[in-house]
Amino acid sequence: MTATHPSGDKRFKVLDVTMKRHGFQQDALIEVLHKAQDLFGYLEMDVLLYVAHGLKLPPSRVYGVATFYHLFSLKPQGQHTCVVCMGTACFVKGASQLLEVLEGEAHVKAGETTPDKKLSVLTARCIGACGIAPAVVYDQIPAGHQTPETVMDHLKGWLTDGPR
Amino acid sequence: MDRAELLALADRHRAARPPCRIRCCMAAGCQSANGEGVKQALAKAVQGAGLSKEIEVQDVGCLRWCGAGPLVQLDPSGAMYRNVRPEDAPALVATVKGDGEGGPARVDLQHPFFTRQLPIVLENSGQIDPERLEEYLTADGYQALYHALFEMNPADVVAAVTRSGLRGRGGAGYPTGLKWATVAKNPGKTKYVICNGDEGDPGAFMDRSVMESDPHRVLEGMAIAAYAVGAAQGFVYVRAEYPLAVARLNKAIQQGNGVGVLGTQIFGTPFNFRVDVRIGAGAFVCGEETALIASVEGKRGQPRPRPPYPAESGLWGAPTLINNVETYANIPTILRKGADWYAAIGTEKSKGTKVFSLTGKVANTGLIEVPMGTTLRTIVEEMGGGVPGGRVKAVQTGGPSGGCIPAELLDTPVDYESLTKLGSIMGSGGMIVMDQATNMVEVARFFMEFCMDESCGKCIPCRAGTVQMYRLLTKIVRREAGVADLEQLQKLCQMVRETSLCGLGQTAPNPVLSTIRYFLPEYQTLLRT
Repeated sequence: MTATHPSGDKRFKVLDVTMKRHGFQQDALIEVLHKAQDLFGYLEMDVLLYVAHGLKLPPSRVYGVATFYHLFSLKPQGQHTCVVCMGTACFVKGASQLLEVLEGEAHVKAGETTPDKKLSVLTARCIGACGIAPAVVYDQIPAGHQTPETVMDHLKGWLTDGPR
Repeated sequence: MDRAELLALADRHRAARPPCRIRCCMAAGCQSANGEGVKQALAKAVQGAGLSKEIEVQDVGCLRWCGAGPLVQLDPSGAMYRNVRPEDAPALVATVKGDGEGGPARVDLQHPFFTRQLPIVLENSGQIDPERLEEYLTADGYQALYHALFEMNPADVVAAVTRSGLRGRGGAGYPTGLKWATVAKNPGKTKYVICNGDEGDPGAFMDRSVMESDPHRVLEGMAIAAYAVGAAQGFVYVRAEYPLAVARLNKAIQQGNGVGVLGTQIFGTPFNFRVDVRIGAGAFVCGEETALIASVEGKRGQPRPRPPYPAESGLWGAPTLINNVETYANIPTILRKGADWYAAIGTEKSKGTKVFSLTGKVANTGLIEVPMGTTLRTIVEEMGGGVPGGRVKAVQTGGPSGGCIPAELLDTPVDYESLTKLGSIMGSGGMIVMDQATNMVEVARFFMEFCMDESCGKCIPCRAGTVQMYRLLTKIVRREAGVADLEQLQKLCQMVRETSLCGLGQTAPNPVLSTIRYFLPEYQTLLRT
């Protein structure tokens, strides 16, 4: 049984419950990491070690899995996220221009977060919303038929030095 | 519950249903076009008009014409409306009762986009509320499973699937009956059934729609498969990018367990089938069966050499049946309507229908289900309405493992063999239309970048080869390459194709090879002389 994390952070308790629900089965690692990322926003080393301990897995295995899958992030994300879908349908309909606009406005490259931690600019392989391409996901909410103008509209207030 | 109780449940539900319904599409496309807002406005308008007892506002799955969302369809008239706005709600509600005209634009259901479709897999999509088991039951849900359990032995089920001619809908087209027979014959005691819902091809969203619009159908297909091969545990592996599909499947599993059509002692027989959902974490390679199995086991999703095939040694070393979402979704109908009925649809070697997501530079984007053997021209020009204000240049099928088919070959029928002959593949069903403005070398580079990022890194030809091919393509796009570079690119393509460990690497060169084959002048004009 895992004892709760010495920091007393309640989120570790929730993580304990998740691991327990899966019977501390080692094959539940991906599910547990999903929960951990939900709770903490990203997977810091301390959390990975905690999971390794809980599931009795070598830390190398947990780290290996966390770094293999694209959806797990080992770095903190910004307050807002903007995910540009780069699927084929979106690509054909000009997703690269949307990304250029975003990168230009936020002064960061795809995969990065602005220094003020306000916005993360990300790309996705395909969000499966090809019927409404090009699509961008703003804070988990997908929007279709995007243009550089609508992208700028959504960014309002998300950047300190961006459009207002 | 036994069959009579289940049918009674369906009857009660049918009787309690108000005569008129407003079906609101809640699939991804319509939802991101404010489908939820439209639904709420409609519910409010119905309440405001005091018609709550007569009209039901209902969430349904995909109504197909995704590009024109939000879509709303009325019962009993069947009229469909597109681009509905919340302010259209009162006019629409008046229309249901037959004493109103106007409101949002009406969809012409006599358009080939709809009339050319033959829904089997999508039979209930847009017709039923995916979150209610009773709705699926009113559409003959779980009757095929009952039929299998009580009137057929496992070998009969395998034989029926074989006779239907169904082939794997994940892309490769392996005969489903043969796969089932192999797993069924294996003497292993513990066996598993896996549903591959890791739809990673960019430009494809068929499986997503099936899982979101009709989750019970997939589960019923899996349960029948489990009975046929002798498995008691199943997993649905879904990409984490599809949270709605995950939620609906989980809900459906709970409902199925509740009435005893899933779980233990199904329909009161000794047959048990427990299903769990496993969520991916964003790795394209997990669509490959051995990588997917590793991922279900909680490991890095890396493929391993085959043989042994999963049918002999799969999940935790046990014989494992692994099929695609659409394959399982075909099963209940095949058993209900008969293998011969199914085998009469399609071409000689490709039976049944195929669901495609028609997207890109085409007037009507959305989901279509057509009989195998329908020509690309019918799909793209008749149903899709062609390129708005332009001409079709190519159609891309099969995602990063497929190829680009030029406009001259649009009369090709869609079946496994014909597409392979053209250097593309059927794939899972993404169909992206490209117009004259699309640069084919850029397209090849786009797919190579995809494969380079998604290569799991286990085998060298794929890990290093994709990087080198991407560099060469970039060099060509930047007009810095010479004839020798193009030759080297082609050589590399052959090498990667022949020596990679899994399907990802083996098919990664396809987009390059097919664009070189059909659009060589585009490459040549970019070369340095």
